[in-house]
Amino acid sequence: MSILLIAEHNNKDLKPFTLNAISAASQINEDVQVLVLGSNSDSVAKSVSECPNVKKVIHINNELYENYLAENYSSAIIKLSENYSHIICSANTFGKNLMPRIAALLDVSQVSDITKVISEDTFIRPIYAGNAFATVKSNDKIKCVTIRPTSFDPAPSSGGSAEIQNGEPGDATDLSKFIKKEEIKTDRPELGTARVVVSGGRGMQSGENFKLITAVADKLNAAIGASRAAVDAGYITNDHQVGQTGKVVVPDLYIAVGISGAIQHLAGMKESKVIVAINKDGEAPIFSVADYGLEADLFEALPKFVEELNKLNTIQK
Amino acid sequence: MKILVAVKRVIDYNVQIRVKEDGSGIVTDNVKMSTNPPDDNAIEEAVKIKEAGKATEVVAVSVGEEKAQETVRKALAVGADRGILVKVDGATEPLAVSKILQKIVEKEKPDLVFMGKQAIDDDCNQTGQMLAALLNWPQATFASKIEVKEKSLEVIREIDEGLETIEVNVPAIVTCDLRLNEPRYASLPNIMKAKKKPIEQINASDLGIDTKPRIDQIKVEEPPKRKAGIKVASVEELVQKLKNEAKVI
Repeated sequence: MSILLIAEHNNKDLKPFTLNAISAASQINEDVQVLVLGSNSDSVAKSVSECPNVKKVIHINNELYENYLAENYSSAIIKLSENYSHIICSANTFGKNLMPRIAALLDVSQVSDITKVISEDTFIRPIYAGNAFATVKSNDKIKCVTIRPTSFDPAPSSGGSAEIQNGEPGDATDLSKFIKKEEIKTDRPELGTARVVVSGGRGMQSGENFKLITAVADKLNAAIGASRAAVDAGYITNDHQVGQTGKVVVPDLYIAVGISGAIQHLAGMKESKVIVAINKDGEAPIFSVADYGLEADLFEALPKFVEELNKLNTIQK
Repeated sequence: MKILVAVKRVIDYNVQIRVKEDGSGIVTDNVKMSTNPPDDNAIEEAVKIKEAGKATEVVAVSVGEEKAQETVRKALAVGADRGILVKVDGATEPLAVSKILQKIVEKEKPDLVFMGKQAIDDDCNQTGQMLAALLNWPQATFASKIEVKEKSLEVIREIDEGLETIEVNVPAIVTCDLRLNEPRYASLPNIMKAKKKPIEQINASDLGIDTKPRIDQIKVEEPPKRKAGIKVASVEELVQKLKNEAKVI
């Protein structure tokens, strides 16, 4: 039996986390088939077919899928499902929204957010904000699994030439309607995949003060993150939130500034390779996970940080 | 309009959980329990809609052991009109919970069902979407703003790229984000009043739902501990360490 993997895209480009999901799927079974549901989305189907891990691309091109709505997506996926042993996608807001709808229609108990593949039916997944890891075995005939993208390296994006097969759309529903998407455009690396992340918390005191974070991030070609407290306070938009209910990041370097380190924030960043904490409260829990802690006033430390980085001219892009 | 709100009793979000020594699960004896945080947002939103004159009744439902009655009672104290407790022993997977909720929806016939987007214990993020599938209702997940219209809702959803606005026909399922609103605290008079509000008790087995887990939990382990780091005295030292020791800049 094969794996059906659901691609995430914007009808033009494949979203990078799909490649991480493909690599996880390849560990379960080598016969990975990718479903591209979209409208005017030939370029997406083509780029998926170039991933050498992909054995076949099923492309359903229909205006129904111009915008992503779980109600429409799930109907098309259910029609294909009987030929597959696994249905897989990323555990980001795309997959979290979609997969349970598919699983319930198939009467399957979904395995969410896996960080490791043990065998074709057994996986490891974090629970309690990553304060425990459960090894779980799925007993359903079709296994519905979402993948924590940052726990798997992306599959290569070129070198393959899988067959692209056209598929039939599912039933149209008028249950829901897409109105608009406010995407925050940035030249920075994406938070989920950046090599360096600089995050600010409540200690930043205002949205205006985030310019101090931006200055450091510019020097390090870093993405900007935030704690939930900073987002709730309106300092920065929700797409920057790192944590249990935000994004999970695993950069080489994570710099937490003015973040106390609540369990819920640690859940989103504590797998980072190197963690730096800058906080004036020496007792802040963030120091317990930091490789390098600097007990200092961030309003003095951040400008100084930029100054010191300016002295080095070896910053790698 | 009638709103059903599903609430879950979980280990309090401030508690540092402990894994049982035999790896069979998490220690829950003598641990502080609370309402799953985004479920508080779900109740708050339903009560606000009722206060705005757009809903006539708010019913709180919980699926869990006997003590989940406390969670229902708390929802009543912040403004829900009545409660339902569906009693189940042991762990229940989201699929079984959504099947139970489907039965409750068929009986209660609400126009809207609200719940938190994710439970902070199993972190599954499934129940709302599953219930929507079983009922063939639309779903608006991760909602940070809800506008009630004549026969639909306009919902702003928090997604990875930013914000998305969708319109869903009523009846609908909404799963709530923490930023949807600021849940109120229950006042003492309201806590007293809530004690008189009715809570109907139902056994899951009487609904004909098989709640036996489909997924075997083989073991639960603690994550590997990070080794203790060091404190640096200055920004200069920090930058030197990052460059020469950690080699990340």
